[in-house]
Amino acid sequence: MSTPEWVKVCAVAGFEEEEASVVPVEPPIAVFNVGGKFYATDDTCTHEKSSLADGYIDCEIVECAFHFAKFDIRNGAVLSPPASRPLRTYPTKVEDGYVWVDVTRGATDD
Amino acid sequence: MTNGCIAVVGASLAGGRAALSLRERGFDGEIHLIGSERHPPYERPPLSKGVLSKMLPVEEAYLVDEADWERSEIALHLSTTVSSIDANTQSLELSAGGRLRVDGVVLCTGARPHQLKLPGTDLGGVATLRVIDDAEAIGQRLLRGGPVVIIGGGFIGMEVAATANMMGCSVTVLEAGDVPLSQAIGAEVAWWITEKLRERGVSFLTRTSATKIEGTHGNVTHVITTSGGKLPASAVVIGVGVSPNTDLAIACGAKVDNGIVVNEFCETSVPSVYAAGDVASSPDVILGRRTRLEHWQNAQNQGIAAAGSVLGHRVPFREVPWFWSDQADLNIQVAGHPRGSDETVFRGDPESDEFTVFFLTGGVMTGAIAINDRRTLRSSIRLIGARSRVEAALLGDTNVALPKLARKV
Repeated sequence: MSTPEWVKVCAVAGFEEEEASVVPVEPPIAVFNVGGKFYATDDTCTHEKSSLADGYIDCEIVECAFHFAKFDIRNGAVLSPPASRPLRTYPTKVEDGYVWVDVTRGATDD
Repeated sequence: MTNGCIAVVGASLAGGRAALSLRERGFDGEIHLIGSERHPPYERPPLSKGVLSKMLPVEEAYLVDEADWERSEIALHLSTTVSSIDANTQSLELSAGGRLRVDGVVLCTGARPHQLKLPGTDLGGVATLRVIDDAEAIGQRLLRGGPVVIIGGGFIGMEVAATANMMGCSVTVLEAGDVPLSQAIGAEVAWWITEKLRERGVSFLTRTSATKIEGTHGNVTHVITTSGGKLPASAVVIGVGVSPNTDLAIACGAKVDNGIVVNEFCETSVPSVYAAGDVASSPDVILGRRTRLEHWQNAQNQGIAAAGSVLGHRVPFREVPWFWSDQADLNIQVAGHPRGSDETVFRGDPESDEFTVFFLTGGVMTGAIAINDRRTLRSSIRLIGARSRVEAALLGDTNVALPKLARKV
């Protein structure tokens, strides 16, 4: 495991539920607010190249705006085709009123 | 049903999804997926884009990794057709020899491109585009450069035109009507898209079709048009629609009417025989009559629905149809049926190349077209499906969040 590299995403205040914020790293990471908890996954749908932060977020499920593949935001699992590969997930934390994400490739690295 | 044997005819998007869904739903018996092509099930949208331009390896279009079929214990019979289905003995005969005794059949036999009855369509470089092998052969021609003539300004024609143009070929589209795409999406947005492709260098000849294709040494050289023009061509792509592959259904006694007639459970008129995808003529929630859809979404989701029906999980398949088309840098998404409405509402400025047009009939949304505006489609589908009145002024106001409007209905 490499050393965590925490990147500031945005202020907790104003980060509304069922919203997402994109961290412009390569590949981009999406951070979601699910009922006050913050989760981070790859932003790019594993089916084609569409941003999941642009998708439709319903509680813990994000639906790609392009072809409606569904993923569980909490663990990256595929819930509905056309995607067949899960999303990578990233650790998040809240510190000093900000949401942070560890952008290093962790345990879910492929 | 959890045991027995089910055959899915057509190793396509619909067929592949049906087979996978049978397994995912807990069916423990034998699943046979039979396809005439040498490729495992794949998605067709990349064929007119990435596969054509050789930017995308064909394997990227495959529905799932090849090993997943074995892992799911689905017997994949490729390069194989079904020569007959006997509804009485519930058996089907394979072209490779052998007979399968089945408890259920899902027909996903798809459609085949219309062929033009013109002199010269048998020349080298003249092709229709339906399967991976077509895309690879046409792409090989395009790599050598144009000029390219596209006969038919439908979605396939426009996508191939945009891709060939991006590959550096000079491209001319022949369209028999006044404006390409207008049969599918109405003239207003069709004009806008056509102008965008024209700006990017594609030429259009409207109210024009081909009368003859000429060549030398077996290869195409020119297309002669109805207006007497002689267009040089090193490749010709014909995209003038498809016909459903209904022979097998007819032979086993299923009712056919521009496609295999199915109800909302994907059941044909023959017991234990189901149909899904491009070949199926199904009830349409908006039109209130049967229609045959040639969209990716319908193929995927009706295939999944058919698998459910086979196993007795009878949930009516009643989705609002939607599809997309990528043409050069334009992403066009269409929901419902945009034609035949009495009111159009723009959301966003067409000048910005990012906007959505809603189509209302009697104040009820019946269709929507989103240009480079992916966020509006989901809500549009919901609004169309709700079939209740929506206020045009709210739809057109970009300060009004569309998901909020959609959640209210």
